[in-house]
Order: sequence, then C-alpha cells, then structure tokens
Amino acid sequence: MNDSKIPAWVSIIVLPLINILFAFAFSAIIFLAVDVNPIEAAQTMINGAFGYQEGIGYTFYYATNFIFTGLAVAVAFSAGLFNIGGEGQAYIGGLGVGLVCLGLDHTLPFWALLPITMFASMAFGALWAFIPAYLQAYRGSHIVITTIMFNFIASSLMVYLMVNVLNQKGQMAPVSRVFEASAGLPGFHTIAGWFGYGFAESPMNLSFLIALLCCVLVWVLLWRTRWGYAIRAMGSSPSAAEYGGINRKRLIIIVMLISGALSGLLSLNEVQGYAQQLKLGFVAGYGFTGIAVCLIGRNHPFGIVLASILFGILYQGGAELSFDFPNIDREMIQVVQALVVLFSGALSLMLVKPTERLFVYLDEKKKSNNTNAAEA
Amino acid sequence: MYENIILILDATLRVSAPLILAALAGLFSERSGIVNIALEGKILSSAFAAAATTSVTGSIMLGLLAAMMTSTLLSLLHGFACITHRGDQIVSGVAINMLAAGLTVTLGRYWFGLGGQTPPLSNDERFTSITLPGADAVADVPVIGLLYSELISGHNILVYLALALVPVCWWIIFKTRFGLRLRAAGENPHAVDTAGISVAWLRYRALICAGILTGIAGAYLSTAHSAGFVPNMSAGKGYIALAALIFGKWKPVPVLFGCLLFGFLDAMAIRLQGAELPFIGEVPVQAIEILPYVLTVLLLAGFIGRAVGPKSIGVPYVKSR
Repeated sequence: MNDSKIPAWVSIIVLPLINILFAFAFSAIIFLAVDVNPIEAAQTMINGAFGYQEGIGYTFYYATNFIFTGLAVAVAFSAGLFNIGGEGQAYIGGLGVGLVCLGLDHTLPFWALLPITMFASMAFGALWAFIPAYLQAYRGSHIVITTIMFNFIASSLMVYLMVNVLNQKGQMAPVSRVFEASAGLPGFHTIAGWFGYGFAESPMNLSFLIALLCCVLVWVLLWRTRWGYAIRAMGSSPSAAEYGGINRKRLIIIVMLISGALSGLLSLNEVQGYAQQLKLGFVAGYGFTGIAVCLIGRNHPFGIVLASILFGILYQGGAELSFDFPNIDREMIQVVQALVVLFSGALSLMLVKPTERLFVYLDEKKKSNNTNAAEA
Repeated sequence: MYENIILILDATLRVSAPLILAALAGLFSERSGIVNIALEGKILSSAFAAAATTSVTGSIMLGLLAAMMTSTLLSLLHGFACITHRGDQIVSGVAINMLAAGLTVTLGRYWFGLGGQTPPLSNDERFTSITLPGADAVADVPVIGLLYSELISGHNILVYLALALVPVCWWIIFKTRFGLRLRAAGENPHAVDTAGISVAWLRYRALICAGILTGIAGAYLSTAHSAGFVPNMSAGKGYIALAALIFGKWKPVPVLFGCLLFGFLDAMAIRLQGAELPFIGEVPVQAIEILPYVLTVLLLAGFIGRAVGPKSIGVPYVKSR
C-alpha cells in the first residue's frame, strides 16, 4: 500500500475518529445489553461532566491525572519503549509528596513547599522508573515485564509503609494524618477567586495548570530539541539511531526518567491537591488509563489534552451515570476504556485499508463525475 | 514441625494450581511468539463465567465449559488483533485485562444484583476435594500417613489435572509435530512459512490452547478454591503466572517449579503473618509477597541465571518480506 493515495488529514484526523466511533458503537451495544439506553446514558454523562460548575471541576480534575500519565506513556512511546509502570511510579511519587508534606507542612509556607513537593514527586517517580530502565539498557531485561513487576512491588511497599510506618499513632486505618491546610494545592475555585471570578468548589486544582505546562514542555522536548530528535529517531528505528551516533543505553535511561517523573506528578493532584493526606491505592488505575489516553492522543501533547478531557468526561459522567441508572456503576467506564484501547490501539491497523479504499473510490468517482460534466 | 511442613506444602499445591494452569497457557502462547500479558484478564473472566454459569444451571461441568469458552474467545480476540491485524500484543493484552475487569462486574451486577458477586455456590456446584483410596486407612501411620492423607490426597480434581497437564504440555510442545512447528513460529516464523505452514493458523491454535488452559485456571478460582465469584478475584495471579513462566525460562518443568515456588511463598506469607522468626524477628508479609516479582526481575536482569525468551516473541509476522 502506498501512503500517498490518501490525504494526510485522513490518517491524522479521520482514522482515529473512526476508531473511537467503533469503540463507542461497541460500548453502546454493551449498554443496550444491560438495559440502558445508550443515548440517554450519553446525555446523562455529558450533563454530569459539563452541566454544572462542580461537574466541570471534576471533569478537569480527572483530566489532570490523565494528562500526566498520558504524557508519561507518550514520551516513552516516542522512544519505542512501553512504560506500563505508570501506576507504580505515580504511587511512589505520591510517597515523595506525602513525605515532604508530612515533614515540612508546619514549617514552610505553601509557595516554598510547592517546588519541593514537585521535585519530590518527580524524583520518586523517576527513581521507580530508573531501575527498570537501567535493567533494560544495561542488562537487556524487557521493560514491559520489569515495569509490571515494579507496579506490584510499589503496591506492597506502600501497603507496608502505610500500615506500619506512616499511619497515625494508635490508629488502625492505613492513612497518614491530614496535611496542614496551608500545604494543600489551591483549588480552582480559590484561583478563580484571585481574579475576581466565582467558581463552584471542586477538586480541580492548581495541578491542572502544571499539567498543561508539562504538555508544552514535552512538546518542546520532543519536537524542538536535540534530545527529542534522538528520542524520536530511536523510536522509529533503533539501529539507524545507533548508527547515527545516538547512545541508546543513555537515552533509554533519560527517557524513562522523564516518563517516571511525569507519572510521579500525578500525585501532586491526588495527594497534595485532592486527598491532602497519604492513602492506599490513590492511583486507582489512572496509570493504565494513560495508555488509552496516549493511544487516542496519538502520542502528541495536544492530542493528549483532548483525550484526557474525553476521559475526564467518561469518568465524571460515569460517576453521574451510576446515580441515575441502578444497573451500572463505574466499572462500565472501564469497559468503554478497554474498547478504546482495543480499537485505537490493538486494532488501529484494522480500518486503515478499508478507509483507504473508500477514499480512493470517492476520489475516482469525483474525477469521473468531473469528466462526465466536462463531456456534457 | 513435620505436620506444619506438610500443611504448608498442602497449601502450596492449592495456591499453585491456577498458577500452573495459567503459566502453561502462557507457555503455549509465548512459545508461538505471542506475548500474553492478558492471562490476568482471561483468568478473571473465566472465573466469572464458571461461577455465573454454574449458579444459573447448577451444573459445574457446564460452568467449566463456559469458562474455557470465555477465555478462548478472549484469546481469539487477542489473536484477531495481533495476528490478523498485526496490532501491538501488549496493547491488546492491556485492553483484554481492562475489558475483563470491567465487564465481569458490569454483567455480574446486572444479572445477579449482588454488586458484582455471583450467588454463593453449594458444595454440589463446586469441585470439592477428593479422598484418594486408602487415605483414611493410612492416616495414622507415622510420616507416610500424613504425607499421603494430607498432601497427596484431599485435593480437588483440578489440582490433579493441573499437575497432570505439565507432562502433557511438555509432550505436545516438545515431542509432537505441532509442538515443533509452534516453537519454530516463535523462534523463526519465516522458516515456518517457507516450509509452507501457516504461521497465523499455528499462532491461533496456540492461543486456543492457552484459552482452554486459562479457562480451567479461572474455573478453579471461583468454583474450587472459593465458592463463587468476587470482583477482581484473580488479584494479580495472571501476572504471577507470567513471572513464573519467565522464571521457568519458558520450559514446562522449570515453569512448574517456578509456580510451586511462588505458591509456596504465598502460602508462607499467609502462615507467617505476625509470627516471630528466630534471629530475624517479625517478617512483614509484604516482604514475602513481593519475592516472586523481585526474583523474576533479578532473573530477567541476569543476576541469577539467564532467561532468554523465544526469539520472535512480540513481533507480528508479516508474510511479504
């Protein structure tokens, strides 16, 4: 198949949209199977996600998580690495944020604390990605398997720490104490207040802006720097990149450190923004959702923002859905998510040829119409 | 002391059985060149299918059949994505795991209204333990009595099936023509193609074998090990099986020992909860829980031996090249 047959906008915009439509169509079938009208469900979800200010806040609060994990997957993907360990990296990143907040929230004001927590989340997340990266680069072990294993190790480590070390004295619940109110990230309603606007209270907070900033930085990194060029070169052809003088091993480690740091930043939103204390299981699958976000966003920061908002709608709308329809709960959203990964990821090549044929057919028809018109 | 050891080994067999079945499934699939991180999702969905079908029909055999069919269907979906459409095998595996986690709870809620659980199964609707002939008679004989009556006898049929399937799978993969071709498809699919054999069909058949085996593993969880399905009951067993597969270097007998080792660690973790060990003191359960993962990471990194997988694993086969 030669690619020149179809215009670029078809493969960049139309094909991904068709893939998502397929995923939604199959989701609709499952909605029907559990006696839920998919159109009503979609209306409820959109209303829940955008119908009122608190809902909007929740949508963007979820989207913040997905931007971070989506970027983390995308940076690694650009280098041809599959970082499936966002879950564990975010979890350990949260440990970093939690430790800083627990240790310094009495002594430091917020603006002094924020750079430290940001650094801690990135450093801890990057550390958790460093070991798999090192083992991939220098010992040849497969990064997918190692990062899966590290997710489990992170989870056990956190259970141990929360049950034995970081819980409050004399209490059984595996949660740390709540941070000082001054340590938490300001909510979006507070930020809006600074500028004289009113906004309903919601978990959306400053980290959304940090996430957007990260998008810009990742875009600059990947498309405007030498490192980015090297990363993309390695992603499209590792051997050619090595002939071109790129140090593959070092680059694997750099890429994974960036990816782990981005995953770690998720905990800024969850730990310092939302919960304002350390809890078990706060990553809750956001790391895996990052894979879906990255696939729909086609590895590009701009696409990832759009895909994150889409998933924010699905999560917030999904929560709303479970109030209105007794037959479903949040798990339904995971099905939609799975179908998106399936169609936009695993089956992404399935519809390439049919779409190409369709466009070639339409093109020829247009030409023959034109000649007919000319003859007449 | 002796009794304790026997009891721990007994528990080891119980927790290892689903690992063995799932790891053998992974063996078929990965030997043919298909990475299978979808084991987890297949176990989970077949556990649900087994419990749901059994509680509706009352027949455990129909339940087992439904479990095998469900995970085979998921296997075929995996194949459709990464054999027919050359999709990324890991992405496809992630999708199947998510699908299983979401769909089991959604359908379970809708059908049974118990928040995702299936109704509890009675003993007639489960694989219950079998007392081997003479077990009661020799139970009082010192040493051997306990060994026979506790460790060897008294498991459900699926445990024995899992153990019996290890030599069977070894024979299929290493001694039959199908097995030779299957391994070749994982090492050098072009050679297989040159010999006029369809790589795609071989890989599909390997995935069907894997589907059947994970189906049994899932049925074991919900109808033998416990009495009904609970959301997310596979709890990472698919990944442990994957780790055991790597730990056993993609060979049936070492894989069996890998599963037994990880099962043993699991049994120890439960037993050692809160117990004081001489010289070491109290060992945190989590430290034992992570050992399978740590050991696999160390092995993969070549610090303890070397694990080299099938050469063409994870690479979609493109005929025209």
